Amino acid sequence: MHDPNWQPRIVAFFCNWCTYTAADLAGVSRLKYAPNARIIRLMCSGRADPQFILAAFSSGADGVLIGGCHPGDCHYSEGNLKTLRRFRLLKRMLHDLGIDEKRLRLEWISAAEGDKVRSVINEMVEDVRALGPLDLPGRFADWDGEMTRLETRAQAAAEQVSEAKAEAAHV
Amino acid sequence: MSKPKIAIYWCASCGGCEEAVVDLAEGILGLVEAVDIVFWPVAMDFKKSDVAALPDKGLAATLLNGAIRTSEQEEMAHLLRRKSQYLIAYGACACSGGIPGLANLYSREQVLRYVYEDAPSVANESKTRPQLEFRDDGQTLELPEIRNVVRSLDQVVDVDYYIPGCPPTPRITQAAIDALLSGKLPAKGSVLAPDLALCSECPRRDTKPADLSFAHFSRPHEIMLDPAKCMLAQGVVCMGPATRAGCEAVCPAGNMPCTGCFGPTSRVRDQGAKMLSSLCANIAAKDDADIDRVLDGIPDPVGTFYRYGLPESLLRRKADLATPAGTSAP
Repeated sequence: MHDPNWQPRIVAFFCNWCTYTAADLAGVSRLKYAPNARIIRLMCSGRADPQFILAAFSSGADGVLIGGCHPGDCHYSEGNLKTLRRFRLLKRMLHDLGIDEKRLRLEWISAAEGDKVRSVINEMVEDVRALGPLDLPGRFADWDGEMTRLETRAQAAAEQVSEAKAEAAHV
Repeated sequence: MSKPKIAIYWCASCGGCEEAVVDLAEGILGLVEAVDIVFWPVAMDFKKSDVAALPDKGLAATLLNGAIRTSEQEEMAHLLRRKSQYLIAYGACACSGGIPGLANLYSREQVLRYVYEDAPSVANESKTRPQLEFRDDGQTLELPEIRNVVRSLDQVVDVDYYIPGCPPTPRITQAAIDALLSGKLPAKGSVLAPDLALCSECPRRDTKPADLSFAHFSRPHEIMLDPAKCMLAQGVVCMGPATRAGCEAVCPAGNMPCTGCFGPTSRVRDQGAKMLSSLCANIAAKDDADIDRVLDGIPDPVGTFYRYGLPESLLRRKADLATPAGTSAP
């Protein structure tokens, strides 16, 4: 069982023109929603390089949310569609790599939809909470434990040898 | 003055990298004139104890190929690291995990069960598997442990330089050896190959459209490939844009797409994610169903984008595989 104090950590990549503005609106409208999303503002959801998403997971995110303009509304005309295409394949690839598809979510949220920011974040936090921690940094450390055990054993063996030598010299 | 000593060692590899050294052809005569090869298990009869007897840093350089997959390979990596001034990851497997690294999609139990029980060519009714220890007649025989995780060399020990490729070409091998012997080495941690994308040296580069647009993807066996036109323009996944140059585009020259064995350039952390990003951005379709139809042409994204680099990728391994320590579910 995981730590009972664990809270889902969501990294949210929001586009400057729509979703980030919507999150701003949610703020000034004093909407209450789960505090688990760390929002990173990008100029366009199309800037959400898949490397950023994988880096978020490998650095300890339990979920990644991407927010962009509705299709047709992109400030850069089709940046959001580029993200949609990457998202479709990335989701499949993450599944093959053992990461539940609910951990990655893409939503179109316009600047007027402060309420949707609230509902999407609340929903995602609950979905991820149900899945439990992903904790890739912890897993990496756990996987690499098998190497440390070898080093410890080698060290112990070396110490034994040097002790034996010291004893022999003493005698 | 005595000649500098070098070692060539193999870990989880196919032997192709050893071939690559022999492929230096007459260049190898120049090599053995300039250095003493004091350890090369595939070709010469020296033992581990000969290496252990050397003073620390007694080797000018070790070219180590292969991924690190067993406790013995780990031990040898540590030993050769200690004995070498320069430890060089030679070939895709040592640099980034290589083809053996794809075993990181499976647990050790899955791999062993397939290899010793389920593979169609195996007859093993007693389900015998290699054990770590075997006692007979008062004697104990020990075998190395297969690790749960396949690793690149730099995930086990500190690495000075990387020579990429599956296998590295004679040209970049020779260039690296020349640099080593002349002492004209770049900054530690460098990859000894050009820091440009493969497209820059591809004979088909002039036919690469400025604005690619994919209506579908084909695999090489499904179509007749035009021998002169950019692979991507033919709808074939070619890793060239996300792969380092240096091989002189041998695969495209042989009418096969690049599969990415030279790894990424220095500006890219995760080769697979970058290739996925570039390909998907240029798909023509605009809604979920049409996009998915185009993406059906890439049935195995992990094997396509991380063919040589899964262990070195950001995620390293399938996340929900059990380890004997018994971690929690994902």
